[in-house]
Formats: sequence, C-alpha cells, structure tokens
Amino acid sequence: MRRLTWFNTVSLTFGFAFLYVPMLILIIFSFNESKLVTVWAGFSTKWYGELIRNEAFLDAAWVTLKVAVASSTAATILGTMAAHVMVRGGRFFGRTLFSGMIYAPLVMPEVITGLSLLLLFIAIGLDRGVFTIVLAHTTFSMCYVSVVVSSRLVSFDRSVEEAALDLGCTPFEAFRLVTLPIILPAVISGWLLAFTLSLDDLVIASFTAGPSSTTLPIKIFSSVRLGVSPEINALSTIMICIVAVGVIATSVMSKRAIARQAREEKAAMQAA
Amino acid sequence: MNPRKALLILVPYMWLLALFLVPFVIVLKISLSDVELAIPPYTPTLDISAGWAGLKDFLSQLDFENYVWLTQDDLYWKAYLSSLQIAVVSTFLTLLVGFPIAYGMANAPDEWRPTLMMLVILPFWTSFLIRVYAWMGILSNEGFLNQFLLWTGLISEPLTILNTNTAVYIGIVYTYLPFMILPIYSTLEKLDGSLLEAAEDLGCTRTTAFWLVTLPLSRPGVIAGCFLVFIPALGEFVIPSLLGGSDTLMIGKVLWEEFFSNRDWPVASAVAVVLLALLIIPIVLFQRQQERQQEAEK
Repeated sequence: MRRLTWFNTVSLTFGFAFLYVPMLILIIFSFNESKLVTVWAGFSTKWYGELIRNEAFLDAAWVTLKVAVASSTAATILGTMAAHVMVRGGRFFGRTLFSGMIYAPLVMPEVITGLSLLLLFIAIGLDRGVFTIVLAHTTFSMCYVSVVVSSRLVSFDRSVEEAALDLGCTPFEAFRLVTLPIILPAVISGWLLAFTLSLDDLVIASFTAGPSSTTLPIKIFSSVRLGVSPEINALSTIMICIVAVGVIATSVMSKRAIARQAREEKAAMQAA
Repeated sequence: MNPRKALLILVPYMWLLALFLVPFVIVLKISLSDVELAIPPYTPTLDISAGWAGLKDFLSQLDFENYVWLTQDDLYWKAYLSSLQIAVVSTFLTLLVGFPIAYGMANAPDEWRPTLMMLVILPFWTSFLIRVYAWMGILSNEGFLNQFLLWTGLISEPLTILNTNTAVYIGIVYTYLPFMILPIYSTLEKLDGSLLEAAEDLGCTRTTAFWLVTLPLSRPGVIAGCFLVFIPALGEFVIPSLLGGSDTLMIGKVLWEEFFSNRDWPVASAVAVVLLALLIIPIVLFQRQQERQQEAEK
C-alpha cells in the first residue's frame, strides 16, 4: 500500500532540501567573484584558476591519490581474504578474536585508531610518511571490504565451487574461475568504499602523516580552520562533481548488469 | 590444516594483530607511563627484554597517575559528560529529521525509490570534511542563513550560530543523517501493507494505525539507526573543531589537543582508554541487537 500523502511529500521535499541545499550553496559560491564567500559579487571562475596554480594543493592531491590507490588495493586483497576466512574458514584457533578485530575498527573512534597507530610507528621506529598512511588506511578499510565481501559470500551457492573442485580444479583455480567472478561486484564495491574512505580521512591521516606527506583533507582542514575561502569552495565543487558522476555512473552500470543478467537467465531458461 | 589455508588465515590475522591489537596494547602501556620532557615524551615503565624480572619491576611501579589526573581535573569530566550529552541530543534530533524522510521514501511510488535511495547515499560518498565545511559559510554571522532570516524580517540582527553547540548539533544531524535514514527505510520498506489495511478495517484511523502498527514494527531500524549515529558522534572530532566554539567540549577534540598541542602522550592515551571503555557498552548492545535481528529474520 503506497500512499504519497501531503505529509510524505512535504517531508521528502524538506529532507532532500536539507541534504542538498548546503552543497548547492557551496557550489554556487565557488563561482563568486568576491573573496567574501557569503556576498555575491558576480560570476567568475577565477578561484578555479587560483586552485590550479596552487602547488601545495596539487601536491596534496597527488599524495592523497597515491595513498588511496595503494591502500584500497591492499585493503581489497586483505579484506577479501579475511571475508573468505570468516565465511569459509570453519573453526580455527582464535576465530573469535579474529572476528572481533574485523568488526572493532568499524566502530572505533578515529582519534583512537590514529593515536594507537602513531604510537606503534614511533615504538618500532618507522618514519612517518606516505607509507605509514597507507598502512593505517589499509588496516581500517580492509575491515569494511571484508564486511561487504562476506555478505556476498554468505549468499552464494557453495555447490558451484565444490563442483569445480570435483572436476579437477585446484582450490586457487576454483577461486579464480568460479568464486571470484561471482563475488566480483562486491569486491569492486569494497574497493570503491576503501578508496573513498581513504580520500576522505582526515583524523587518522593527521596522526600518521609525516611533514612531507600532507594529504588533501589535512591541507583543507588546516586552511578551513582559518575560515571559509572561495578556493576551498572551488576544490569542494570539483570533488563533489567527481563523486556524483562516479556514483551515478556505477549505479547505471549495475542496473544494466542486473538487467542483462535477468535477460540471460530468461534466455537460458527458455533454451532449457 | 593444509599450508595454503593456513596462509590464507595467517596473512589477514597477522596484519590485524600487528596494526590493530598491538597498537592498543601500546596505548594502554603508555597511559600507565610518566610524562617526560623528551622525545618520545614519556618514560616507558615496561621493559620486555628484561623478561620476568622486567615484568615484576613493571608491576611494582605501575601507576595510575594519569587516570587519577583525569578524575581530578574538571576538564575531562566535563568533556566526557558533554560528549555524551551532545551525542544523545544529536542522535535524537537525527531521528526526528530522519524518520519522516525514511517514511516518505518507503511510501513513494516504486519507480522513484531507486533514485531516492541514490540521493540518500550520494552525500555519504562525498567528503565528510566538505559537508561540514559547507555549513561554515551558511551559519556564520554574515552567512547565508542569517542573510535569509534578516531578509524575511524574522530577526532584526544576525544570530550567532557558528562556534556554538547549536552548530555542532546541526553538523552531526546533517552528516550522519544517511546512517539514520537507511536502516529505518529498510525496515519500513519490508513492512507488510496488509497489516495497515487490517488496522484500518478494524477501525483505526491512519494516524492511530501509524502509532500502533508502523512505529512498533520499525523499532529494529530505529534502534540500529540510533546506534549508528550515537557511536561515531561520541568520539567526533572534525565537527566540534570546525563548527563548535572554544567552549564546546568533546572528548575527541580534547584528546587531539592533549596530543598535538600539549604533547602529553600519557594523558592522551589515558583519555583514549577511558573513551573506549565508555563506548564498549553501546557497541556491545548494538552487536546484541543486530544478532537478535538476524535470528528473527531467519
């Protein structure tokens, strides 16, 4: 029973306005001529020009991208392994501790994760830099990947995998040829999630970064602390656009993939 | 157990042990050490290389000085209490804002719902920092909200909202709203419409049917949403430091300042340990609730 009453219409309108108007205002003022972010003084794209000439931001963006690609890739591999262990591993020594360590980082305040990793790096004498941020990001995002991948692993029919093993595949071949293609959508969304988490992270990166490895969020935070600036608005607009295009594209693609799968299944049923 | 399987288990296991569990042990250890004006600025009180004698030595000088300090200095008490208060109030506000949206989504025409769903998820993928920053321009004295209110004539002079707790509430509600909407939406979406029809056939008005049928059945989603907002809000750092004022006390911010500004690592570690102890209760409750939920769905 679906009823779109006036109450629902009003709450949806206000709700989505609340979610989107702030970002819209942010985007509009990135095209403002004036240095004052709050007073409109005519259309201009000069802040985008300033941004491109600002080498500190470009360097930070490059560091962030490197960290995000490296850590999300490592996190996807480790997280998929961890998910496999959780779902298919059976009993082994310390299983409870393992599942605890998978779930705990999801609810851990970032300040604690950041502080503890920094103290570890200092204790073992590891110099802080890009590498330590990658280690830190890999650790917390592998847990997210593992949750995403294991929900897919739980729901799939294990007999296909067993059939592959019966037909002479080695366990690794069975994984590569049968399991991986089936769980691939979850692995990809896990990677995307890890990538976004890494791009976004300010707190953990601040603790684990060295002086020469400033990431974009650290840079944004330190300049935003001094107040609003149109350059940050321009940067935010670019980031919002990239995310919006990415999310819309992936959702359209997955919709198509689902439709194609449904078609193929139907064709297979008819053939049979 | 064959070696390949052992390797599959060992790699992620060792990784998490080394980079998740061991760091905690170090935090715990440092929280029990003394402050020192040196680099690193603390005296390690546990010497593992000395073996059993070292451990005995450690136990004899074990001191809870930093924890005693936390109870003596007002700042920490107030910070813990005000974090709790801010987290509770903002969770409640997020529920008030999020429920009608989730309800509206669940009652929207089928063909709208994937789009609405995407619109809720989209902000989640957008940088947290940027979403908090967006409010700085809106809430400031000469910001968009004040300009709008002045223009409508509702107020005659600008309201001070930025750098107060009100701004922190707004920030938390805004950034954590998707976490509240999604679980509520998923329970409301599964709700069997015939129950509401039955209630109405039996003489309920739509409003009473909502209170007697929809609301109780949406409870699992509401509880999950509240935990998902409350837990991260309690240790929040970015929102209080950008939107809050100097009098906004939140424990995440205190820890940060203790570490980066005061360079008092032992006290920062003790603050972390206590914050964790504070969080364990809601985390365990949440876990239990999720397990019960899964049992019920089987």
